[in-house]
Amino acid sequence: MKIIVCAKQVPDTTEVKLDPKTNILIRDGVPSIINPDDKAGIEAALQLRDKVGGTVTVISMGPTQADAALREALAMGCDEAILVTDRAFGGADTWATSSTIAAAIKKLDYDIIITGRQAIDGDTAQVGPQIAEHLGIPQVSYAEEIIDADEEKIVVKRQFEDRYHIIEVKLPCLITALSELAQPRYMTVAGIFDAYREKEVKVWTLEEMKDTVDMENIGLKGSPTNVKQSFTKQAKGKGLYYKDLSAEEAVETIVAKLEERHII
Amino acid sequence: MSKDVYVLAEQRDGNIQKVSIELIGKASELAADLGQKVVAVLLGSGIKDKADILIKHGADKVIVVDDPILAEYVTEPYAKALYQVIKESDPEIVLYGATSIGRDLAPRVSARVHTGLTADCTKLEIGTIETMPDTKLLLMTRPAFGGNIMATIVCKDHRPQMATVRPGVMKALPRDEARTGEIVDFKVEFTPADMNVKIREVIKEDKKKVDITEAKVLVSGGRGIGSPEFFGELQKLADELGGTISSSRANVDAGWIEKERQVGQTGKTVRPDLYIACGISGAIQHVAGMESSEYIVAINNNDTAPIFDVADLGIVGDVKAIVPKLIEAIAKRKAEKAAQ
Repeated sequence: MKIIVCAKQVPDTTEVKLDPKTNILIRDGVPSIINPDDKAGIEAALQLRDKVGGTVTVISMGPTQADAALREALAMGCDEAILVTDRAFGGADTWATSSTIAAAIKKLDYDIIITGRQAIDGDTAQVGPQIAEHLGIPQVSYAEEIIDADEEKIVVKRQFEDRYHIIEVKLPCLITALSELAQPRYMTVAGIFDAYREKEVKVWTLEEMKDTVDMENIGLKGSPTNVKQSFTKQAKGKGLYYKDLSAEEAVETIVAKLEERHII
Repeated sequence: MSKDVYVLAEQRDGNIQKVSIELIGKASELAADLGQKVVAVLLGSGIKDKADILIKHGADKVIVVDDPILAEYVTEPYAKALYQVIKESDPEIVLYGATSIGRDLAPRVSARVHTGLTADCTKLEIGTIETMPDTKLLLMTRPAFGGNIMATIVCKDHRPQMATVRPGVMKALPRDEARTGEIVDFKVEFTPADMNVKIREVIKEDKKKVDITEAKVLVSGGRGIGSPEFFGELQKLADELGGTISSSRANVDAGWIEKERQVGQTGKTVRPDLYIACGISGAIQHVAGMESSEYIVAINNNDTAPIFDVADLGIVGDVKAIVPKLIEAIAKRKAEKAAQ
C-alpha cells in the first residue's frame, strides 16, 4: 500500500504572545513544529503501513526551512520525504496550495492520502478536501479512528458534532486526520541518525513539477482570495476590577451584579 | 451576472441547524447592502416542509433538492447537488456554517467551482477595496494564527464569494410569521456512482450531546480550579443559574472534561448572557471563543491575568474559596425571592 501524508510546518501558536505595550505579535523565538493534526496523520500512516505493508511518503509545501519538519517525519519512520518549494508557489491561498500539492501528488503512485484536518496557524481545514477534489478522489474528513484497511478499501470512524459515521471507502481516497486519530510516536536516536545520514529529503521545485502544474493555478496569481488587511484584535474595554475583596465581599459583589442583570 | 446571497441551510435528521438561521440573518443585511435577495439552499430527503422556517427567518427564496440519496450527509452527493445549483443560479455570495458538514462540503465545492473560500469568518460586510472602488465586495474577516491576528480577506474576480462562519457568531432574525417567499424544487440527476462511500453505520450520541453554544449561562473552569473534581462545584453553580459548565483547553487536554465543552479557538465560540470564568488565565485562544458573551465575570488569583482585560466584573481571589460561598449565596437569595 502506498500512503502519502501531507504535513505542514507551523509556528507553535500556543507559544505566541502579544507585546503588552504595542499589541503586536511577538514571532521571534516561537518554535516551528509539525502541525499537530498532520503529525497524528503521520502516525496513523506508519501504523497502517506496519499492519498492511507498503511505504509512507511525506510531502510538505513550504520554504526550505520546512526541511526540518520532513527530517522529523523521516526520523519517526517515514520512508520518503518530498519538499515542494519554489518562489512561484509563494503567497498561495488554500485553493492554490491545494492545486500545487495535488500537482506534486499526481507525479506519485498512491492508495491513501492522509492530511491533517487543519493547521494551527490558519485553522482553515480546506486544503485536504480541496486536494481530494483536484485529484478527483473521495474524501473522508474528521477521521477519528481507522477501523480496518486492506488493499481495496479503508473503514474509518468519522466525527460530526452530534454523531459518528462508520464509512467504508474504496481506494484511492483522501482522509483528513483529527489529532485523536493516533498518538504520535517519539523519534528514536537511530531514527534521527537515519533521517540526516541515510535518508534524503527530495526537493521539488517548479522545474520538477512542470508536467503536472498549471501555472494559472499556483502562487499568489492562482489564488482566488487575497488578504486585504491584517490587524491585531482590539481588546474589549476593561470592566469593574476588584483586587482586595474577602471571599464574602467578592460573593456579595457578584450576587449584586447578577441581580442587577436579572440573572437571579 | 452573479447575484443574490445564498446560504446553505444545513439540516440533520430534518432539523434545520441554528447556524443556518443565524446565517440567513446575516445574509439579509448583506443582501440589503447589495440590493439583492436572500436564497437558502436546502438539501435533504423529505425536507421540503422545512423550507418555510427559512422564509420566516428571512429567506426570500428557498431552493430545495429533495432526494433519498441526501438523507444522511455524504460529501459527493451534497457537493454535486450544490455545485449544480451554483452553476445554474450564479450566486454572488454563498455562506456555510463552519460545522463538520460545512467545512467538509464548502472546500470541495470551492475546488470544483474554482472560486475562493474563507474559513471561520467572524465578521462579514459589504465594502470596496482601493484597487476596485466601484465593485461591492464581501469583506470577510477571520482570526488566524491561533486567534492572535485578524485578517480581512476578499475574493476579487471569482464568483461566488464563499465563506464559512462559526456557529454562534452571527445573530438570527426573530421569526416573522408574516413573511412569505418562493419555494423552488431543483432536480438533480443522481447516479449510483455518486454514492462513492458506504455508510456502514450511523452512531448518534445516546444522551443529548452537550451543546455549550446553546447555553444562556456558562460556568467555565481553567487550570486554576486545581482538580477535575472541582468541576462538580462549578456544575452546582451552573445548576443554580440554569446554565452548564465549560472549560479552557488546558483541562480538556489534561482529560478532566470532554472536548465538547471546550471554549476557544480550537473549541467552540460561545456568546451566553453570562460567562463566569473560574481560574481561567485568558489566553488569546480562549478569549477568542468567549469575548462576545453579554456579561463576563472572572475570578482568578493572579491579578494580572489577561482574562481581566475582557471581564465586565473581575475579582482577584481564590476560586476554591469563592465558588462554594457563591453557590450558597445564590441559593439563599433565590429562596428569599421565592418567599416574597
